[in-house]
Amino acid sequence: MNALVGHLATLLALLLAGVGAAAAFVGGRRGDARYITGAQRAGIAVFVLVALAFLIMERALITHDFSVSYVAQVGSRETPLFYTVISLWSALEGSILLWALVLSIYTALLVRWSRRRADPTGDAQLPYALGTLLCVNVFFLLLISWPANPFRLMSPVPADGPGPNALLQNSPFMGVHPPLLYTGYVGMSVPFALATGALLAGRLNPDWTKVIRRWTLVPWTFLSLGILAGAWWSYEVLGWGGYWAWDPVENASFMPWLTATAFLHSVMVQERRGMLKTWTITLIVATFLLTVLGTFLTRSGVLASVHAFTQSAIGPFFLTFLGLVLLGSLALLAWRSEALRSEGRFDAALSRETAFMLNNLLFAAFAFVVLLGTMFPLIAEAIRGVRVSVGGPYFSEMSVPIALLLIFLAGVGPALPWRKGSLELLRGKFRWPTMAALGTAVILAAAGVRAPLALLAFALAAFSFGLLAAEFIGPTRVRRRTTGEAGPLALWRVVAGNRRRYGGYIVHAGILVVAVGVTGSATFRREQEWNVGRGAAVQFGRYQIQFDSVWAVSESNRDGVIAATTVSAGGRLLTRLSPRLNYYPTSMEPIGTPAVRESLREDLYLVLLAYAADGSHATIKAIASPLVGWIWLGGGIVALGAVFSLWRGAAARQPRPAPVPGAGERPGAGRSRAVTEARA
Amino acid sequence: MKWQRWAIPVSGVPVLALLAWGLTRDARTVPSPLPGKPAPGFALQTLAGDSLRLRDLQGQVVLVNFWASWCLACRAEHRVLLDAARRYQHQGLRIVGVVYNDSRDNARAWIAERGGDWPNVLDVGSHTAIQYGLFGVPETFFIGRDGRLVYKQIGPLDDGVVEQWVPRLLAGTPDGMGAPTTAEHVTEGRSPGHVRISPDFPTAGGTVRRQ
Repeated sequence: MNALVGHLATLLALLLAGVGAAAAFVGGRRGDARYITGAQRAGIAVFVLVALAFLIMERALITHDFSVSYVAQVGSRETPLFYTVISLWSALEGSILLWALVLSIYTALLVRWSRRRADPTGDAQLPYALGTLLCVNVFFLLLISWPANPFRLMSPVPADGPGPNALLQNSPFMGVHPPLLYTGYVGMSVPFALATGALLAGRLNPDWTKVIRRWTLVPWTFLSLGILAGAWWSYEVLGWGGYWAWDPVENASFMPWLTATAFLHSVMVQERRGMLKTWTITLIVATFLLTVLGTFLTRSGVLASVHAFTQSAIGPFFLTFLGLVLLGSLALLAWRSEALRSEGRFDAALSRETAFMLNNLLFAAFAFVVLLGTMFPLIAEAIRGVRVSVGGPYFSEMSVPIALLLIFLAGVGPALPWRKGSLELLRGKFRWPTMAALGTAVILAAAGVRAPLALLAFALAAFSFGLLAAEFIGPTRVRRRTTGEAGPLALWRVVAGNRRRYGGYIVHAGILVVAVGVTGSATFRREQEWNVGRGAAVQFGRYQIQFDSVWAVSESNRDGVIAATTVSAGGRLLTRLSPRLNYYPTSMEPIGTPAVRESLREDLYLVLLAYAADGSHATIKAIASPLVGWIWLGGGIVALGAVFSLWRGAAARQPRPAPVPGAGERPGAGRSRAVTEARA
Repeated sequence: MKWQRWAIPVSGVPVLALLAWGLTRDARTVPSPLPGKPAPGFALQTLAGDSLRLRDLQGQVVLVNFWASWCLACRAEHRVLLDAARRYQHQGLRIVGVVYNDSRDNARAWIAERGGDWPNVLDVGSHTAIQYGLFGVPETFFIGRDGRLVYKQIGPLDDGVVEQWVPRLLAGTPDGMGAPTTAEHVTEGRSPGHVRISPDFPTAGGTVRRQ
């Protein structure tokens, strides 16, 4: 029953998405409101049907309806309820169902927003954009209706299933990371649709650019959080003490982030000066293409990836879709590039435009470097017939210089004025930050930090941080002088008066904090391994780690072995850490859960590698990761800044619309606000 | 000017062609020149202190299993080897463990704890591992009666792989066509000279980063 209704819902959604797309294009071309309204209704109906299919799948999972193929694949009666719920995205078919759901939510939001926007007939961009988005819907619905159908009927019906992949039931973070990432990743379809709409309609006015920017900022924020949540998950669960390995799937999420970030910057130049139009649109198209390419690369078996989705038949489908989008959008760009001529031109080498240009070049180069490294195994095999793998060293070597320059620009860019800057102005602005940078370098060197690149990174971060701080302090001072307000109030007024700008600066500060965390943890990580007898202690840097005991626990879905340790430093008890090994029926190897003592200065990370059956010995690995906590902290600041910049002040806020269906949770509030604002 | 504009979309074609070609490949296979060739010989000391030469086992079916006590995947794999030994040793299967990058004491303690009566040799200096082109541990090489290397498993063995190869090698007539001398026989429908990595393949250094 579940299988039948679920499959019917997806088929019907597929049909409606197709019809809706056609209606949107016809309506846009003829300027016929009836077609456009029809397309909008189809968009809402697609959302309702996909949400229904999603709920049916959840119900089948929770009630252990093993007649549904996907449940038979990932379900198990022993899995705890929470992991059963999130097992929906633990394998290929379900993950595409989640993808379709997120996409249909965005589609419904776009419909809602465009209904409020204006007379639909006067604005061909809107129906074209909706039509494009519905076409993307058609593709993903086609996948779940046919080659990746999760609703196939099982016969005979199995009594029980294997449960989700062991790694995915090892941490609750699996409930957060994929939805966040998908909300970001899939959300890039909307700016793509809007840009395509503009290209098809042949006009790109500043107002539309602003709209695209807002619809990009929302998924960008989710993508940033999703990437960081993935890094955190990898750190907290996998037991290797790292958070990023330049794996194809990680790269697949990082590349669109890079191009989207470049877009968010170049779009400001376009808004302000009417320049870089083609480039800006290219970035948006590239972002979407990279999301499709990334999904293709990692789900078709073309590249060996650690995130191994089972190989399936969707490869050729994805390739066809990628081909259509790639050739179609490039042809569209070529066709319309005349209409996107620049209005302004560069006035001076020393201006914010130049900083943005440089920023864009760096982000594009970064994306290219990552793309090349990701694709290189394929290229090398095609040309020379040799299988190679591209490892961390390539990516690190290529990305460090780019990252250093970006850290520098994160502060310098905001400090430069538009059009033309003067050296005198800069000299004044740079004085204190330069001293902060030098001070940081000297203090760290005196404290024994010898790695030159790390010193440079910390100094540059201090420099940029100083410049950013000056952007807050300067105007606050002026305001205090003119209004006599108290310091904090004046600061709030200044910041709240230009949320978009200061939100951006907060994001920059967050990125700097992340950069400091990455530099510290990548440069100064230490690790050691011991075989310790019960009651004995080992020295690791300033820590003394004592192995107290080891015991076993049995849970419904797994068995675990836990080692108890006491960590002290200088004779003072710091904490008790209990790393464990978990045994899942589906996994040949045990899966570790490291125990981490987190602090802003340094994380102490313990992994239980092995133990003697009688509990007399254990092999324990300790990793010290300085500053790694800054990465998560920085991620929080980035999110804060992004939400802040999307948030209109109370005075400017319009009456808020009723909550959007399917967007009830907190992040959704940000999104609907974006909608409200974009309308304004 | 016109044609230049259209150069951009056309540039997408080779990218797509590359990806389409990539679809026809199996990314999990790793090229190896070894299958089909005579297995590299070695003479190493066993954990018990005797000397063992691979050449002395010529004419028998041999599994050369590289492992280490620090390797977690090897622990899980050990059960498969024990089963294989129990079922096939009396039919003439010989298992040789090669201890990779590990100490004699650790290896001895490991075997004492887990059992297994087949010889284990110490690969001091990892020369044998280099000759076999080892990626990491565990890796297992299947050698036929004619001394040729037939199949290479990267990552832990499972019962399926053992069942697929050992009975046929013991019978000496894989596919009923005599000893497997060409790589095509070896790789079960995959491209010649390729071996398959098991998805549980751990990364180097013994760190468990199961993916």
